[in-house]
Amino acid sequence: MSESSIAHVPHPNLPPPSNSIGAIGWVRHNLLSSPLNIALTLLAIWLLYLIIPPILRWAIIDATWSGDNREACHPGGACWVFIQVHFGQFMYGFYPDGQRWRVDLTALLLIFGAAPLFMHAVSNRLKVRLGLGLLVIYPVIAFFLLKGGSFGLPVVETSQWGGLLLTLVIAGVGMTAALPLGILLALGRRSRLPAIQTLCVTFIEFWRGVPLITVLFMSSVMLPLFLPAGMNFDKLLRALIGVTLFQSAYMAEVVRGGLQAIPKGQVEAAAALGLGYWKTMGLIVLPQALKLVIPGIVNTFIALFKDTSLVLIIGLFDLMNMVHNATTNPDWLGFSTEGYVFAAAVYWLFCFNMSHFSQKLEKRLHTGHKR
Amino acid sequence: MAEHAPAPVKPPFWNDPQVRAIAFQVIALVVTVAFGLYIFHNTQINLRRLGIASGFDFLSSPSGFDIIQTLIPYSPTSNYGQVFWVALLNTLLVSALGIVLATLLGFIVGIARLSKNWLVAKLALIYIETFRNIPLLLQIFFWYFAVLRAVPAPRQSLSLGDAVFLNIRGLYMPAPQFQPGFGWVLVALAIAIGLVWWLKRWAWQRQMATGQAFPILRTSLALLLGLPLVVFWLAGSPLHWQLPELRGFNFQGGWVVIPEMASLLLALSVYTATFIAEIVRSGIQAVSHGQTEASLSLGLNSSLTLRLVVLPQALRVIIPPLTNQYLNLTKNSSLAAAIGYPDLVAAFAGTTLNQTGQAIECIAITMAVYLTISLLISLGMNWYNRRVALVER
Repeated sequence: MSESSIAHVPHPNLPPPSNSIGAIGWVRHNLLSSPLNIALTLLAIWLLYLIIPPILRWAIIDATWSGDNREACHPGGACWVFIQVHFGQFMYGFYPDGQRWRVDLTALLLIFGAAPLFMHAVSNRLKVRLGLGLLVIYPVIAFFLLKGGSFGLPVVETSQWGGLLLTLVIAGVGMTAALPLGILLALGRRSRLPAIQTLCVTFIEFWRGVPLITVLFMSSVMLPLFLPAGMNFDKLLRALIGVTLFQSAYMAEVVRGGLQAIPKGQVEAAAALGLGYWKTMGLIVLPQALKLVIPGIVNTFIALFKDTSLVLIIGLFDLMNMVHNATTNPDWLGFSTEGYVFAAAVYWLFCFNMSHFSQKLEKRLHTGHKR
Repeated sequence: MAEHAPAPVKPPFWNDPQVRAIAFQVIALVVTVAFGLYIFHNTQINLRRLGIASGFDFLSSPSGFDIIQTLIPYSPTSNYGQVFWVALLNTLLVSALGIVLATLLGFIVGIARLSKNWLVAKLALIYIETFRNIPLLLQIFFWYFAVLRAVPAPRQSLSLGDAVFLNIRGLYMPAPQFQPGFGWVLVALAIAIGLVWWLKRWAWQRQMATGQAFPILRTSLALLLGLPLVVFWLAGSPLHWQLPELRGFNFQGGWVVIPEMASLLLALSVYTATFIAEIVRSGIQAVSHGQTEASLSLGLNSSLTLRLVVLPQALRVIIPPLTNQYLNLTKNSSLAAAIGYPDLVAAFAGTTLNQTGQAIECIAITMAVYLTISLLISLGMNWYNRRVALVER
């Protein structure tokens, strides 16, 4: 038809107003959308102004970065020389200078051993084998490397271990020992056998009800009384026992959460197939339950890592205590802020990365059981 | 011929689940009891060898040491039993104050985390991520050794209007001194509370009957503040403030917050507030958006929506983990031992234990106190949970 000449041709859409898109739009929408919002923005900027410039000036602009004694430091700024001079102590404690390569080697072994666990290219089967190897063989190697006494390595007593090394040893041992113990306790708490259940509930509620510091006090003051005369535990071992028992109770509650989330049908199906209790738990229930609570487990690990700083109270020289010790050194008085900021940064790096990792894991595992 | 099914073979008794269950439990009990007896036996021998008499007689012998902060009368001639009460009260004081401060800060940060203002939300996030990932003990040390040691000596105190002073010995504040007529003000306050309660019931009944709302909040506030103030003025202002004064090397009079308490309180509330903020955020986010929309479409305004629809549902999610954090804060207050704040662990499980050598008794009493507190809190929480649990058809 010839009416095509009056066909309706819509005018092209106008672009959105220039002040509602791009950077200006973003600012208007997110910072200045209402009078209250404007006030909040101003308040936040004022807070930032109060906090950021002094910190930057202290930590970077006015700071002293190199030197070898306290005279090198300008007053007013941070004295990172303090950290630089004590760095070895903060990392290794009183570990003899000539033997520190052993600590480095232990750490490298762990890093290279654990790295494939985080790679997508590695098959799951290999990962499981590697993980088991890390759990079973690595602690033995690490113990002999650190303690020495065989293969021609001189003995380094545990009282000489310190700094970040000791923190990582306590955290590592605590984690690997608390997880299996926690799983057993959780299974016991869900058990149908009343005696076992009562024992586990009592154990869990007892440790969860008292502060870790009293547990450490107990392990350092009361444990010697419990043992037959003449038998004495290493101070580090006593702390490890205390930390492990304490954390296993928390781990048990996390695992129990996972166990409760598994539908009863799974257990019944396993029973119908003729599986016994341990096979049902080990092959059917636990793999699903543990997968559900991985974030909770990592959170317990983070709490454990932060709690290792409490061993300072029973006189072990972990990172926290080494830093505290260095700040009371008469040659270096007045640098406690630098020391604590450094220690805080180290703890923060570990904890933040762990929590970041758990969030990522949670997202990856969110398939399947959640819509 | 009908074939007889073979008679079921009875499994050997060690495969009988019932026999097994009993056997396992007996073994577990025997092992536990044997272990307990072994420890008890060793302890007896060790105590005899060390010449320590067990028992609680030491509680009535004089302590001989002073305590820097006491809420009840105490002197070095008091006995260890009184040390226990002083220490327990100090623990409860710092926990209670910490809970109040952490809740306030945590709610503010948690709500700020959900703010539509990008800057405010990010600031709250940075605060949470920073302080949550640093060990509490480190934070206590930081405030105590790095910050509060850097404040000036008493003569150069920082002052706020010549009433509040901050120096290395602590924070000095005016202390109220109640004059004889002050009782009437308290009576007025009690009457005002009673009136508000009655007013609330009356307004509710009226609203049920007639549908007319009554400005209850404004009236209550006016009553609560106004009545005591009027009585206060009529009674001739029976309240004086005792200002701290510099005498010699230190301040005298007024209320003082010792630096140990200040740093402990600061660290506890800043640390716990990060966890509370996350709990508050997740609680509010757990209320589905449809609830807000439905409430708005019913004609409720945004503040009523928050108060009547969102908050009651969010609180149901928030309260249980919140109580958990309160419990954690109370247990964490035991870190006071590291900086010498005289709490239960420092003064009782520390000094008293060292002086008397009664390790088992001191640790047992301390643990029993913490266990009692956590049991009480979890009982309370269970009661609350039953009350607010979703009533389903």
